[in-house]
Amino acid sequence: MPETTQKIHFILNDQPVEVACQDSTMTLLEFLREEKNLKGTKEGCAEGDCGACTVLLGDLNQEKIQYRAINSCIRFLPSLHGKSIITVEAILQKDKTLHPVQQALMDEKASQCGFCTPGFVMSLLALYLNKSKTNKDEVTQTLAGNLCRCTGYRPIVEAGCRMHDYPNPSDWSQQSAQSVKRITQLQSIQSIPSTPSNPLPALSALTYWAPDNIEHLSQAYLENPQALLLAGGTDIGLWVTKQMRPLPLLIDLGNIAALKLVETDPGHLTIGAAVKLTDAFESLTQHYPQLQSIADRFASPPIRNAATLCGNLANGSPIGDCLPVLIALNAQLTLQRGALTRKLALDAFYLGYQSNALQSGEWIRSVEIPLLPGSYRMASYKIAKRHDQDISTVFAAYVFEMKADHIIQARVAYGGMAATAKRAPLTELALKGKTWCHDTFNQAVDCIEKDFTPLSDQRASDQYRRQVAKNLLIRFFLEHESQAQSMDIHHQTQPA
Amino acid sequence: MPITHALPHISESRLNEPSIVGQSHPHDSAFSHVSAQARYIDDLLLPTSTLHAAIGMSPLAHANIHAIDLSAVMTAPGLVATLQAKEIPGKNNYGPILQDDPILSDTLVQYVGQPIFAVAATSHRLARQAVRRFKWEATPLPAILDITEALKANSFVIPSQTLVRGEPQKALASSPFRLQSELTIGGQDHFYLEGQIAVAIPQENSGMLIYSSTQHPSEVQHLVALALNLHSHDVNIVCQRMGGAFGGKESQPALIACIAALLAQKTGHPVKLRLDRDDDMIMTGKRHDFLAQYDVGFSATGRINALKIMLASRCGYSADLSGPVNDRTICHVDNAYFLENVEIISHRCKTNTVSNTAFRGFGGPQGMMAIESVMDDIAGHLQCDPLDIRRENFYGIHDRNITPYSMKVEDNVIHLIVDQLEKSSHYQQRRSRIQALNANHRFIKRGIALTPVKFGISFNATHYNQAGALLHLYTDGTLLLNHGGTEMGQGLYTKVMQVVAEELGVPLHHVRTSATDTSKVPNTSATAASSGSDLNGKAAQAAARILKNRLIGFASEKYGLPSHAISFKDGLVHLASMPSMRLAELATAAHAGRISLSATGYYRTPKIHWDRQTLTGRPFFYFSYGAAVVEVAIDGLTGESRILKVDILHDVGSSLNPDIDKGQIEGGFIQGLGWLTSEELWWNKKGELKTHSPSTYKIPTAHDWPLEVQIELLQNEPNREDTIFASKAVGEPPFMLAIAAFQALRDAVSSFEGHAPSIPLQAPATPESLLKAIGSIQTHPSGLWSSSRLTESL
Repeated sequence: MPETTQKIHFILNDQPVEVACQDSTMTLLEFLREEKNLKGTKEGCAEGDCGACTVLLGDLNQEKIQYRAINSCIRFLPSLHGKSIITVEAILQKDKTLHPVQQALMDEKASQCGFCTPGFVMSLLALYLNKSKTNKDEVTQTLAGNLCRCTGYRPIVEAGCRMHDYPNPSDWSQQSAQSVKRITQLQSIQSIPSTPSNPLPALSALTYWAPDNIEHLSQAYLENPQALLLAGGTDIGLWVTKQMRPLPLLIDLGNIAALKLVETDPGHLTIGAAVKLTDAFESLTQHYPQLQSIADRFASPPIRNAATLCGNLANGSPIGDCLPVLIALNAQLTLQRGALTRKLALDAFYLGYQSNALQSGEWIRSVEIPLLPGSYRMASYKIAKRHDQDISTVFAAYVFEMKADHIIQARVAYGGMAATAKRAPLTELALKGKTWCHDTFNQAVDCIEKDFTPLSDQRASDQYRRQVAKNLLIRFFLEHESQAQSMDIHHQTQPA
Repeated sequence: MPITHALPHISESRLNEPSIVGQSHPHDSAFSHVSAQARYIDDLLLPTSTLHAAIGMSPLAHANIHAIDLSAVMTAPGLVATLQAKEIPGKNNYGPILQDDPILSDTLVQYVGQPIFAVAATSHRLARQAVRRFKWEATPLPAILDITEALKANSFVIPSQTLVRGEPQKALASSPFRLQSELTIGGQDHFYLEGQIAVAIPQENSGMLIYSSTQHPSEVQHLVALALNLHSHDVNIVCQRMGGAFGGKESQPALIACIAALLAQKTGHPVKLRLDRDDDMIMTGKRHDFLAQYDVGFSATGRINALKIMLASRCGYSADLSGPVNDRTICHVDNAYFLENVEIISHRCKTNTVSNTAFRGFGGPQGMMAIESVMDDIAGHLQCDPLDIRRENFYGIHDRNITPYSMKVEDNVIHLIVDQLEKSSHYQQRRSRIQALNANHRFIKRGIALTPVKFGISFNATHYNQAGALLHLYTDGTLLLNHGGTEMGQGLYTKVMQVVAEELGVPLHHVRTSATDTSKVPNTSATAASSGSDLNGKAAQAAARILKNRLIGFASEKYGLPSHAISFKDGLVHLASMPSMRLAELATAAHAGRISLSATGYYRTPKIHWDRQTLTGRPFFYFSYGAAVVEVAIDGLTGESRILKVDILHDVGSSLNPDIDKGQIEGGFIQGLGWLTSEELWWNKKGELKTHSPSTYKIPTAHDWPLEVQIELLQNEPNREDTIFASKAVGEPPFMLAIAAFQALRDAVSSFEGHAPSIPLQAPATPESLLKAIGSIQTHPSGLWSSSRLTESL
């Protein structure tokens, strides 16, 4: 008899829990609020955009538990197997005194209606645990995924800046050796037992499975191509909470250590399928510091802590806030089907709106990003209605191979301009082989009109998108003319 | 047995607090908030038999319904009950003024998202899945979606209103200068973090207990009773707190409570109805968007001789609160300016979109946006500092002080505020510096603006301006307060408790406020119009004084002291030369002496009156004032903008609680900033709102807080009217300080090459709106930043 009800083991507020998971799409938030009566974590939007549901997810990282903020509202419960969850209820100290994060918020009078407050507490707690002091910019970035409608944020940011000034809480230690040991033990429990003779469980009876090696994953997906691969689930979560879609078998990539690797060789950075965006961007910006702002503005910290870069590529949104950069950098995908792998350039991957080159049972194993030498000129720009945590209206990425002032090759890619993120072939042609000068750019921008026929939607009209796509190419030129001084008013302008 | 005993945690220093009112006490729920122990309605522990409701919504903007087929809904997993219009035992209406808001529609739908039926199921998710299975037969009808179409079709929810004072036509004709322009002003979703929610729990004898997230428990009670075919005393509404409201929980919660109650009545089970965020944004009303068209005549000094202005608002499919909202627009077109000859035409357009409703400012902000744009247009026309034009038109102190609606402005402090703010913000120096900077930057331009706020305090509808409070003194000396005001985060409970503590001379924590409850204080007004602490503070003060006088009378008789020798201070009752006693001791003695220790207080605002037909009277007890200086920068290549610096000087009279007031100012300002910059409501041609979640509807985040902010409260200017401890209302007025940001953006747009008599910037000033405005003032034939113009350096 195959096991159909899976047992999930994880640590919740320092206590081991075992859950017989009837519905693999139950969210962590539903579990906390409805099964555990932990009502401190709130639902504000059920799509990972407001942060009221923020909790900390602890996972082993080099023999320590690393805690990061995630959105519990779109996190499927089974994916927490072997992890540690901290909710806002756990941080009040035993004698009912407040944690420094909470005390700072209270002292700064940072709550009005209070509904968003627990989420802010948890986002700030993640920062508190991972830093020993902090500043306004870090706090603001940490809070990019938390909405407050009452305060205007000033006192909340103030509290974040001051939380490290309070004495360390005495009875609240998240790094106990015991916790590490317990997580290690839990991770060794298989929620679906497999045997050496039959390594793959009877998947037809399951709604969720998290294999622990690539071979099993690939074989299972080949045999069950109707299954849905789950990485961060920050999009798939919404299929459930918003679209009420029934989901097929979910195969979670999160237990496969080999997919969590970021590898660097002299010319390339290779990012595995289960690497979280937070980690992917950390590696990417080490080589390309000019992408820092793109990394910081991609969704929000809790989303980046859950979502993966390869998941973003597989999802293939027409906008895809870093897709154009990777296309312009000529990133290559490694695709796997069964035991076979092949390489495919990212710019050949997208065939149309939400359609890609993956064959049945084929999946993205990793993405390989070229690490270009300094002779390249590059820039990427995100234009959105709101600076933080918004999906771009237009996203532009430019990577020019230069020899002195000679453009050897230009790779120009845009998001938000077509059914997929894509290159601008005519514009590239107008730039290739030309001298870096006014005239070259003047001629090139006119080609953008021919390369794209953007749509009008809630983010902007087609005219605006066309105009901005052109103007961003001009900005790229102008920034280099002014010794690469950023023209981004969000970071460069001080009051008169 | 002696009941008196020391309360915990009363330190001597607490007893020596000089005064309670005027101190920045923390919000009474601050600890509960940060420790996540504050309970919202969705957090209540309910019986396991509780059912969860969901609403089936119209997919069409306008259609006749021929048949509703719920057969597939009824077989959905977990489904327990369905509810349709024909099953409603009482009135199928939740409209607060006109009866034109059906709870459920079964013949005609008038907007996408209109409730057609409801279900109760065993879980929230199953209920939401079930409603998606519904089928219907319906004939689409032509839909009017926006203001322009509605004006063309003369489609109005209630008749238009016109206010004329003086001789605007004649004065326009004889004005040396004249200009016409128009402005569109977008709407706004409330985006309270806690969505609409109600829990209905059937009681014995057909009674219904409802936990409702509402600013207006009495109205919910009234409408639920009508829908259930019960009486008001059968229905009890309780609200401990809301997770934000902003006007969005004034009339809208009645829909949610009615459906929960109807399903609870039908099934006999408790029913919780919590709207999903997207459903909430699609189904419930928002701030009205407006079209303003004006014709203004003025002198060479910029003084307005005459203004004719048309203000048309999108009300949606029903009246809701659109009448009073638009009346307030009429009453705020003047803002701080004397308009000698004026004609205001107000159209309340009926459209096949969600019915718009109350939202912080209640129509006032849109009227003020219009007149502030007029001021800047005049300045642009005369090529002078807009601040000079504003000053030229301010209400006078002794003359030029009658509003278009015939109310005398008696408490004018706008000159004082603007003079102080101009200096403290270094407005003039910065304006010069900005001009110099702009001359050196081709693509990034700055702008600066100073705009005033004068906001009328009181509900226009006079009968709303009353409140009640119930105060119990227990024999241990603690007090339990209840009043008609609701707590939505604004700190009302805290302020009113301060009033009671002050009156009875007890430490603040000896007073507790219980959840707002229609069984304790009846027939209450909405907690709205910024009036919460004005009304409930006075009512609670009255209750406290009644109690105090009873105690004084008792003590005077018992101890043979003249009543003036008895006072309440520092938690003690002082009895002339006798030793002071704790309030608990006196309360115990009074109780033993059979003195009632419970009192109700009542308050009605004096002096006010309003004639809705002639649009004249004294609708407002007083005005709240303020002003803001905002500096912005715009990127001319993309239209992105950044708010660089904000200086605010705001009038709250004698503040009841300065930190809470500053919190209202900060929060109001940034909410106004969102309204005027990033928050864009966008409907497609089918009338579907496509910005119905935080992924597409962008309220400000922490990054949007300006780089530098200086906020001061106007000092030494107590309210000249007899308000609670001479304070002033603060909920709404600061929202309109953000108009300075919009005018600063207009100023920055005007600094780009090109010229226009009126900067055609439409609100919200999204990057697209800004780039369009920049493009449309270009004199260059190719319009926007054209590639052919890339020949110069930065």
